[in-house]
Amino acid sequence: MRRAARIGGVALTALLLWQALVTLAELPRFILPGPGLVFATLWSSRALIAEHALITALEVLLGLGLGAVLGFASAILLTASPLARSILRPMLVFSQAVPVFALAPILTLWLGYGLWSKVAMALLIIYFPVTSAFFDALMRTPPAWLELARVMNATPARVLWRVRVPAALPGFASGLRLAAVYAPIGAIIGEWVGASRGLGYLMLLANGRAKIDLMFAALIVLAVLTLLLHAAVDAACRRLWER
Amino acid sequence: MSDAPALRLSGRAKIGAAPIFGPLSLRAPAGEWTCLLGPSGVGKSTVLRLFAGLGDGIAFDGEAVAEDGVRLDGRVALMGQSDLLMPWLDATANVTLGARLRGTSPGRDRAREILGRVGLSEHADKRPHALSGGQRQRVALARTLMEDRPVVLLDEPFSALDARSRAQMQDLATELLAGRTVLHVTHDAAEAARLGQTILLMTRAGIASFPPPEASTPRLYDAPGTLAFQGRLLRLLMDTR
Repeated sequence: MRRAARIGGVALTALLLWQALVTLAELPRFILPGPGLVFATLWSSRALIAEHALITALEVLLGLGLGAVLGFASAILLTASPLARSILRPMLVFSQAVPVFALAPILTLWLGYGLWSKVAMALLIIYFPVTSAFFDALMRTPPAWLELARVMNATPARVLWRVRVPAALPGFASGLRLAAVYAPIGAIIGEWVGASRGLGYLMLLANGRAKIDLMFAALIVLAVLTLLLHAAVDAACRRLWER
Repeated sequence: MSDAPALRLSGRAKIGAAPIFGPLSLRAPAGEWTCLLGPSGVGKSTVLRLFAGLGDGIAFDGEAVAEDGVRLDGRVALMGQSDLLMPWLDATANVTLGARLRGTSPGRDRAREILGRVGLSEHADKRPHALSGGQRQRVALARTLMEDRPVVLLDEPFSALDARSRAQMQDLATELLAGRTVLHVTHDAAEAARLGQTILLMTRAGIASFPPPEASTPRLYDAPGTLAFQGRLLRLLMDTR
């Protein structure tokens, strides 16, 4: 309850500062509309915003799910096979030197204007944090556990699956928490580059037509969706660890 | 346990260029409890690691073998100062860890029976975080017993416990590990005086054997013979460099 009150207090302060800025600087509504107008637009355009938000949410969830599965599998492969490690690890690091943003146009070219180019963007942007957080955790299994397993004549596959993976799940979870915040960025970039639906598309459209109140309304919805996703992933990870 | 072999080690060990112990030899008699007593840093744990087959990174010139000529691999169980329980497994699953890591049948009934013998029947379904330090070390002992290996290597397994839990664990371990060849590394003279049927003092100068009191183990912690012997061991420890 105290946490909710604190968050509410911070939000209220931010809204007041926002309104004060608009009033004192006498900003026109096509530069920065006040919070009152933004929330009025949010309410009056709720059907429109919800329709686009649903698309973006779907892209983000698919990207997050696929990225999590791929990241999990890649980290396991890297851990299990020194060969894979020597080949894939430099490639992974190199891939991070390429800004994912720069790939958005080509992804749109390859995968079309629909859902999948955005899913691919979200996936690409979270793949590395998930893989590297999980892989690092897999390589940090306490040596004493591995020695105990060796004295017990354990097979390497079972050590991986029954000791290293469970011990590394908190690392996987922290990768997922980051991913929950990154994945919407990927989807929005994808929508900016080329889309006919989604919050990113709506924001670009509203911006172009100087409907800044609608742009801000969509932005607020996007931020709230991201926070909800982060909270959901956080809760799921906690449950996974406590089970 | 009739197939428990005697252990023998002779040789010298280094890690990189740094010598750990010079030329020495020791013998742990078959089916008996041997305490390897010594100050920190003389290489006691290295001796255990060599017997456990965990000698990677140790340049060992010599042999660490069972006297019956059979390889030690698969005949050794290890218990250390840290309980090494997996926090995501309950006590029973921790006890059956070895079987599950080998892909053999876990034998849950036997695990429950062994947990009963270490006095943890009530706690079989609890995770390590719900157990006290002493209870966790009992689970580790149960896991060691579950492995049912003729040779048991103990690396200061009781040193992190409070005095009362330690004495209880010493009694329990003596009872439950009887008949196996136990090599117990410790820096505690009182513990060696209670538990050792053979007592080896390891110093930089090498290894010397000291015959313990006649009384059967675990010796009473307040018996004059135990206390006198403990004092003598401590004096020897203090006088070495």
